[in-house]
Amino acid sequence: MRKIFNISVDEVIPPIGSVLAAQGIPLHLKPDERTLHLAEEAILLFRRYAQPTGIVMEISRDDFDVIYVGDGKNATDSPVEPIYKLSDDLALFAITIDESICAEISKLFERNDFALGSMLDAAASEGAELTAQWIENFYGKHLVKIGRFNNKNDILRFSPGYCGWHMSAQKKIFKTLRPEDIDIELNSSFLMKPLKSISGIIISGQKEIFEFDDTFSFCKDCTTHTCRDRIKAAIDR
Amino acid sequence: MTVIQELSEQLQQGNPKNVAELTRQAINENIDIKTILDKGLIAGMSVIGEKFKAHEIFLPHVLLAAKAMYAGMDLLKPLLLKEGIPTRGKVIIGSVQGDLHDIGKNLVAIMLKGAGFEVIDLGNDVSPEKFLDTAEKENAGVVGMSALLTTTMPVMKKVIDLARARGLYGKKRFIVGGAPLSSEYAKEIGADAYCFDGVSAVETVKRFAGIF
Repeated sequence: MRKIFNISVDEVIPPIGSVLAAQGIPLHLKPDERTLHLAEEAILLFRRYAQPTGIVMEISRDDFDVIYVGDGKNATDSPVEPIYKLSDDLALFAITIDESICAEISKLFERNDFALGSMLDAAASEGAELTAQWIENFYGKHLVKIGRFNNKNDILRFSPGYCGWHMSAQKKIFKTLRPEDIDIELNSSFLMKPLKSISGIIISGQKEIFEFDDTFSFCKDCTTHTCRDRIKAAIDR
Repeated sequence: MTVIQELSEQLQQGNPKNVAELTRQAINENIDIKTILDKGLIAGMSVIGEKFKAHEIFLPHVLLAAKAMYAGMDLLKPLLLKEGIPTRGKVIIGSVQGDLHDIGKNLVAIMLKGAGFEVIDLGNDVSPEKFLDTAEKENAGVVGMSALLTTTMPVMKKVIDLARARGLYGKKRFIVGGAPLSSEYAKEIGADAYCFDGVSAVETVKRFAGIF
């Protein structure tokens, strides 16, 4: 299975709270009217410029072994490897919300609209995450439909550059998945253009395989620790 | 309230139109250009920096104030050049080779300009050679490097190693910043300082320039 999706922007509009949180404004604080207006304007611009697209492709564990290794620079203790080795199903994915939104962010900065530019950047990052989540949800539903997913299973996605999985795997992901079909390019440093793009692997398997302690050497460099929330949500589901 | 105090106040409120108007008024009243800059614009941005540090305001307020600062600076810049008033110092800034993320670096550049420094922004994906060639050519005292990815952090060390090889280490100051970095990492690679955000970058560069 290899599918390309043009996703409705309405399905990946970031909530105002998460945009404000990405700007360092705690969720429990009520922002002033001007800040609120900026966030609303950023979301309107996101709606106007974002063109979320995604691609997903099933892959066997043997084929993913080759991709995962990349240029052989993964951390020796990455949690991704033991998880995918115990998985039932795997799918490569890539998403983007398009270059036009990145161009709009640059334009805002060029005309000194720093606050709105920064707010739109936050909205775009949040929207990209929601687009990746949309693809993950699609794959989950697909597995349910073909009888390969039940209440003992769960599904999570991982991306190169995180959790000890080296960026060099991008090269092999691109060779197999061909995200160029949705206008995502990879540069020599393994970075994607448009910048607001996400790629990686969606892993489906028994809930227990996703449990791990965040005590790996690279966890100290991680500023988000979103894996904890995502794994907790997966276990609780 | 004097026009200079009002200028600082309007900048803090993030009102670019009022800041431009008051700057024009101060110029027309023959107030010393450096006074308008130091006691009006830069003083206003300093208050903003302090409030941000104390979590009294957040990033959008800082950036609204920065826009107001630029509105005043646009009017002052030609006069500063004409009178030969030097900036507080020159800073080279960029996201390191392999890193296309530049929002954080842009915010630091905005804050440094707001504090009266001349900033040469090299953009993103900047090679170690380009950082140092530009720093030498422009006679900049500070080189600021940004990275968002753990995989591009090692390029910062390459810049510092190259600076050692070229005899620039110790002559120029190297500051680093970005989400995955820490002061420990900065120390490990031989950087002069780790800057958590734009405000700490301004404080650090001021310290290096001998401005307190």
